[in-house]
Amino acid sequence: MPKVQVKMTINGREVEALVEPRTLLVHFLREQLGLTGTHIGCDTSHCGACTVDLNDMSVKSCALFAVQANGATILTIEGMAAPDGTLHALQEGFRQMHGLQCGYCTPGMIMRAHRLLKENPNPSEDEIRSGISGNLCRCTGYQNIVKSIQYAAAKINGVPYQEAAE
Amino acid sequence: MNDIAPTQAERAEKLQGLGCKRKRVEDIRFTQGRGNYVDDVKLPGMLFGDFARSSHAHARIKSIDTSKALALPGVKAVLTAADLKPLKLHYMPTLAGDVAAVLADEKVLFQNQEIAFVVAEDRYIAADAIELVEVEYEALPVVVDPFQAMAPDAPILRDDIKDKMNGAHGPRKHYNHIFNWQVGDKQATDEVFKTAEVTTKDLFVYQRTHPAPLETCQCVASMDKVKGELTVWGTFQAPHVVRTVVSILSGIAEHKVHVIAPDIGGGFGNKVGVYPGYVCAIVASIVLGVPVKWVEDRMENLSTTSFARDYHMATELAATKEGKILAMRVHMLADHGAFDACANPSKLPAGFVNICTGSYDIPVAHLEVDGVYTNKATGGVAYRCSLRVTEGIYAIERAIEVLAKKLGMDSVDLRMKNLIKAEQFPYRSALGWEYDSGNYHVALQKALDAVGYPALRAEQKARREAFRRGETRELMGIGVCFFTEIVGAGPSRHCDILGVGMFDSAEIRVHPTGSIVARMGTKSQGQAHETTYAQIIATELGIPADDITIEEGDTDTAPYGLGTYGSRSTPVAGAATAMAARKIRAKAQMIAAHLLEVSEYDLEWDVDRFTVKGLPEKFKTMKEIAWAAHNNLPPGLEPGLEAVNYYDPPNMTYPFGAYFCVMDIDIDTGVAKTRRFYALDDCGTRINPMIIEGQVHGGLTEAFAIAMGQEISYDAQGNVMGASFMDFFLPTAVETPKWETDFTVTPSPHHPIGAKGVGESPNVGGVPCFSNAVNDAFAFLDAGHIQMPHDGWRLWTVAERLGLHA
Repeated sequence: MPKVQVKMTINGREVEALVEPRTLLVHFLREQLGLTGTHIGCDTSHCGACTVDLNDMSVKSCALFAVQANGATILTIEGMAAPDGTLHALQEGFRQMHGLQCGYCTPGMIMRAHRLLKENPNPSEDEIRSGISGNLCRCTGYQNIVKSIQYAAAKINGVPYQEAAE
Repeated sequence: MNDIAPTQAERAEKLQGLGCKRKRVEDIRFTQGRGNYVDDVKLPGMLFGDFARSSHAHARIKSIDTSKALALPGVKAVLTAADLKPLKLHYMPTLAGDVAAVLADEKVLFQNQEIAFVVAEDRYIAADAIELVEVEYEALPVVVDPFQAMAPDAPILRDDIKDKMNGAHGPRKHYNHIFNWQVGDKQATDEVFKTAEVTTKDLFVYQRTHPAPLETCQCVASMDKVKGELTVWGTFQAPHVVRTVVSILSGIAEHKVHVIAPDIGGGFGNKVGVYPGYVCAIVASIVLGVPVKWVEDRMENLSTTSFARDYHMATELAATKEGKILAMRVHMLADHGAFDACANPSKLPAGFVNICTGSYDIPVAHLEVDGVYTNKATGGVAYRCSLRVTEGIYAIERAIEVLAKKLGMDSVDLRMKNLIKAEQFPYRSALGWEYDSGNYHVALQKALDAVGYPALRAEQKARREAFRRGETRELMGIGVCFFTEIVGAGPSRHCDILGVGMFDSAEIRVHPTGSIVARMGTKSQGQAHETTYAQIIATELGIPADDITIEEGDTDTAPYGLGTYGSRSTPVAGAATAMAARKIRAKAQMIAAHLLEVSEYDLEWDVDRFTVKGLPEKFKTMKEIAWAAHNNLPPGLEPGLEAVNYYDPPNMTYPFGAYFCVMDIDIDTGVAKTRRFYALDDCGTRINPMIIEGQVHGGLTEAFAIAMGQEISYDAQGNVMGASFMDFFLPTAVETPKWETDFTVTPSPHHPIGAKGVGESPNVGGVPCFSNAVNDAFAFLDAGHIQMPHDGWRLWTVAERLGLHA
């Protein structure tokens, strides 16, 4: 199949590549670029494991062709930590608040939470639950994911994190 | 010097051992996208396999034409049963003593059954090519209802064994019958039922569902023809067993088969079995001499690789008028689909479902299970429920509610009256288990106090009156469940997998500088073994958990074990870990005695060191001993500090719990809203409370999903309905209730550290608790037993049937 040239900025680096027009963005990221942190859980855009940040929006990279991302700026889980290795507040929050178990949904969940906090730096619990409802988790029951995002929001906002009473 | 020396408590805290809410080691890689899952494995020259699958549920295959698929550029091979037959691999043995087709041979028995395996340069070409495989079918009559499977004129499903009237578990009654399994005293039970003052009988259907881990089943097989060695990376909950099975099937010697289970994205039972995808990828790699990857998509996962439940349980209780339960009688019809590939210990065709007398002192009982074949997917795995335990507990916990209503008693009072008493442990159940420990009344009372039970019932009474007056359209339900789990399979006298006893293992190696690498025969799929096994060793050996690396999943390096499912890791491999550590500590004591020039009997263990009794300033730390173990040993003692333990548990462990759910159901929409869910779990000694709570949250969420919506159903033609996340209910953060967790601690008397396992308790207890809440909401309207799943449409239908919409 003839290939098409695409160019995009991924995790701050310019990437140029040849892709088949039908190559999904998630396969491009995982197989051509080796960015395997983005996962595939359902192939039908229900589970959100493949969520990445594209031009300041959360997108499910299994539901987009790589050619549709031509010219885009993309952030994946591999680009979340600082260049010196310091973890992003969300990465720290998920560990501190036990927001993950098998880790398979985690990259997509963190990428979705990242955009959620950009759009709404002080979300209520209901806003968090609704904001991550496009991302499925089979292990945690979400309760600690909510806390992880609250922890990160507090850290980003420079206020002490206080666990809500249950 | 003693003034500034850390106290005993400070030294213990530094270890991050038993009881510590230690943060997870695994999270460092997982939060950065640095996990290593099977689909992340990429090898030079790797090809990709995909299946052409049956569109029919039951049909004779008249012809398979692979020529167009083979002609597609990029396609390297197409395998069918005809290719596997000469290798005797078109069928494979199942864990349950049956065989299952790898690729359909002459006949298909369920929709989406594997027919041809296409191997191509990439997954896109493979997907194109499977569309080009042409199969001509002759449709046959379909059986999807297990009650019809054994009708005298039912269609013959398994041509391959239709005349074989003796199955793996004894005589078969019918060509679609798999096994009849009976436990307990039938005669004595029948006698009690004849004369009992009060009896109940209900059919409780536990619908077909699916574990649906977020990562599907997948593997990469790589045959090195030069070395004659096969390496398989796969989503394996039991990698060592997979290696044994692969060796037996392929004829490649076991030491030349390397099975690696890397990070696994959830299992919940789905990744115990051996599936056609694994076999075909291996065969293709052997034939082609290059690595072959197979990754199932979600629809394939939900419709082919295993299912769970599909148990139809006619459940009877006999009791006195005062509510003393006298006997239990259960007949279960088990729909195992097209092949009996149920993942149970080989001798137990229905697993541990004979835990169905639950937490109650029931003097006599009889259980009979009949397994049947239907035109449905094969499997029958334990979806986060030990092995068929959730079915058994669902039966008793629903039955006790039915009995309470019949007696006019509160179901909590009925439970209190019949719970096994603390002084009765170890307790021998009427169906043959020996419960190791429990303190049930205390746990139930703690739960009652926590939820304010009398006030909840008073509120419910007031709301029912308001409902009758037409002031509200909501029904309030209170769900109660007291469950006993049976986990830690298991003692090899009862439990084996294809003849291999269900022990597990740990190997611990202390390095000269006092850090440790330890390996186990289990395999985490999210349970955080790398974190928690290290905590056990930290406490046993006085080495900080952060200085201990845990490795699992590589059959070349890890000792042989039976894997992770049925909450068996802590009860079995956790015990092996403690026992191996104790061997090391015993040797360390000899070395310490040598270093301190005292008798080893003059030493006592103190957190992280051996101290001379009465002289606390004279000690050797474990770190110092580790160094000495490599250069300064007592004469005659071999150097080094390592140990291995294979642990065959003397008994199962029996975690238990008391759960309460408060629910409001809108009768006009059928929407059920969980107002409150309280879960008290007793899993014995608690290794890491943070992780236990996380497991309980996750298990309850799965229980919620199962009770309130999950179902893999089939239409009359055997078309599988709802095999995608569009139709199969996985709750999002919005629907999922908030969980309250609590605990009591009753250690297991036979486990070295008293731990029992917890991962599956919330599923076992949660499903009946939700279902009891729904049933309780409608109980005052005499609705009878309402079958799961309790989704909005079905609950609306119940309200409609009761005339509540008039």
